[in-house]
Amino acid sequence: MSYAKAQSKSAVWDWLTTVDHKKIGIMYLVAGAFFFALGGFEAILMRIQLMFPEASFLPAQTFNELLTMHGTTMIFLAAMPILFGLMNYIVPLQIGARDVAFPFLNSLGFWLFLFGGILLNLSWFFGGAPDAGWTAYVPLSSEYSGTGIDYYVLGLQISGAGTLIGGINFLVTIINMRAPGMSMMRMPLFTWSTFVASTLILFAFPALTIGLLLLMLERIFGATYFAVHAGGNVVIWQHLFWIFGHPEVYILILPAFGIFSEIISTFSKKRLFGYSAMVFATLLIGFLGFMVWAHHMFTVGMGPIANSIFAVATMAIAVPTGIKIFNWLFTMMGGRIQFTTANLFALGFIPSFVMGGVTGVMLATSAANYQFHDTYFVVAHFHYVIIGGVVLGIFGGAFYWWPRMFGYKLDEKLGKIFFWMFLFGFHLTFFVQHFLGLMGMPRRVASYLDGQGLNDMNFISTIGAFLMGVAFIIFVVNIFVSMKNRETSGDPWDGRTLEWTIPSPTPEYNFAQTPLVRDVDAYWHEKYEGDGKMKAAEPLGDIHMPNGSILPVIISIGLFISSFGFIYREHGVIWVAILGLAITFGAMFVRSIKEDHGYHIPVEEIKNDKGGK
Amino acid sequence: MADQHVQTLPPNLEKATLEGKNKYLGFWLFLGGETILFASLFGTYLGLRGSLNGGPGPSDLFHLPLVFIMTMILLTSSLTSVFAIISMKKGNYKGLLTWMTVTVLLGAAFLGFEIYEFVEYVEHDLGFTTSAFGSAFYTLVGTHGAHVAFGIAWITTLIIRYRKSGLTLTNAPKFYVAVLYWHFIDVVWVFIFSVVYLMGIGG
Repeated sequence: MSYAKAQSKSAVWDWLTTVDHKKIGIMYLVAGAFFFALGGFEAILMRIQLMFPEASFLPAQTFNELLTMHGTTMIFLAAMPILFGLMNYIVPLQIGARDVAFPFLNSLGFWLFLFGGILLNLSWFFGGAPDAGWTAYVPLSSEYSGTGIDYYVLGLQISGAGTLIGGINFLVTIINMRAPGMSMMRMPLFTWSTFVASTLILFAFPALTIGLLLLMLERIFGATYFAVHAGGNVVIWQHLFWIFGHPEVYILILPAFGIFSEIISTFSKKRLFGYSAMVFATLLIGFLGFMVWAHHMFTVGMGPIANSIFAVATMAIAVPTGIKIFNWLFTMMGGRIQFTTANLFALGFIPSFVMGGVTGVMLATSAANYQFHDTYFVVAHFHYVIIGGVVLGIFGGAFYWWPRMFGYKLDEKLGKIFFWMFLFGFHLTFFVQHFLGLMGMPRRVASYLDGQGLNDMNFISTIGAFLMGVAFIIFVVNIFVSMKNRETSGDPWDGRTLEWTIPSPTPEYNFAQTPLVRDVDAYWHEKYEGDGKMKAAEPLGDIHMPNGSILPVIISIGLFISSFGFIYREHGVIWVAILGLAITFGAMFVRSIKEDHGYHIPVEEIKNDKGGK
Repeated sequence: MADQHVQTLPPNLEKATLEGKNKYLGFWLFLGGETILFASLFGTYLGLRGSLNGGPGPSDLFHLPLVFIMTMILLTSSLTSVFAIISMKKGNYKGLLTWMTVTVLLGAAFLGFEIYEFVEYVEHDLGFTTSAFGSAFYTLVGTHGAHVAFGIAWITTLIIRYRKSGLTLTNAPKFYVAVLYWHFIDVVWVFIFSVVYLMGIGG
């Protein structure tokens, strides 16, 4: 394809076939925000049902489906894709790269995620959503659930493959594509945390793949891994699920930590305190994240020795996390702190997340865990770490990088209203749930009896959920209201890292000349030690770009179609499954035999771009 | 033709371009993920191998001679794939294609034996749904077999696609990672041989 041809694609075709990490990042953000709204809506429906005792707003079956889909959607289809969107857009810019290592696979990862997510949500319309909780414990999911679980298994299998591909892509990008001078120990913390989170993805997701495969084979072909009557063992599922599931929560929180490190450093006008300790702590959290999965299974009956080991390992994670908390505080100490919306999210995060951490250590006490297990105390704990950590990180990152990604700043006044309403609503919803749990209210129940002292706090909790819902609407309004605030500067926050060195909007080749990195906080170094501009590591020349491709969409659609054949196998449509797989493997075959060398952007075009800005 | 290539192509052909380097590293990482994939299956198998549910068990079924032949075939195929890479490094493209073809044929022979083995076990009343042991056994060994089948299809595609192209900077990394993959499924088989068959008969 020539340069001219690459420029003349229609908008829809361009977005379907794009392999540009920035466009893929934006697609991740849009799809993730949609699923986030959906998952939030599901949560509010559940809170309405629990607003009053013995309410009949929702039937219990619908409630079970809602709680399953809320958890599954928020983890797999909202939080991770939104973080992937930020990583996709920002990481190549932070390391001074023109693109990711595998642009084609990057696109494939997105489309697999999207079609997996759509498949999962179609279950609402075809016989009911999955209803066995996001953990889908057997034998409930293998013997006592309808087709909803088939949608769960296949939807997550497809989107999980996309996540794994994305993880490998980030790893190779960060190892191989760094600009000259950008050593590992000069990388911004967001890039570092992306690197560690991707490692976790690489080693955690295959366990989920196998868990889902076994569950699928058990449901479709009658295998007996989990069927106790045939000698199966239900605990195997729990191990496989949590060997994936625990690292998964670090996959979510580490990038959020990275975002906060960027924000706090930028808005304190100081280099991050204890950079190398921060890197080390991130690595340590990633490593320990694999050593603690069985703390989700304290009450299964593993015995006191196993319980003690996993309890101690779990508590050990508080140490590197504490290192990070103190480093953020020391970064702010003596800094010139600006209270922008992005920074407010970072400041709100620290106390909120610490509260979640403290309840985490309480839960890690395996003896006490027998009391907490499966109560609202657990619900309160993980919402404190996930909303107080991941979601605040996502919103903080959105406000921080919005001008980079979309060319305009979000309105600060609306942003601050949003922040305070969201933070207040969040604590209102979940703080009281600690006490509901301690009073014995079990999680995952569709109703509760009157006269047990649970009424008031459940009511308060629901009001908080409404507040969060309204706050999110204000955020969406903000996106549209602020569009008029065009930001022409590429560096609106007086930034420190490479993503702020390029003009706005970001050119498709990112860097006209690959920058030469001379220190941590490369841009800041040039601003205060140099002339304020990055030194170029190469002369201006033609830039090689990969061609777009529709094959990722076709590969993903093939798996999507094939899933229906498996789900409705009893109706004799197994040929649909074969057809779908044929489409997928056919597209992979085409990709394999077709050599595609991309095209070049001529140097004149790049000069025109530079002159135009 | 071949001699000219030796002079014009750089050493370590598979990593000479950025694309090749990315492929090489990315594939190693992918194999890291595959390791966890098989580890999960091994763990499941070890947890369930005693659950016979009244059906036949490992010592009733496994015959070491057959498994020994299969092991030798697969190990030899790994060796021939090494010869293929040595040919590639020497710039001998014909040698590369020939040794890759031998590798594929040995892989196909292995797969044939495995199918024969499975048919045999089913005739001895070990079905996929007979017992937890049966399910876990067929899943672990079958997933390995599926990897072998995919490898055969992949390498065959490469051989046919590049039968006339000569060695290039584009196809060298492709052959190289295919061979990495082939070694990996060989290593997995060594573990299956030890954990499933030897431990099944011996202990």
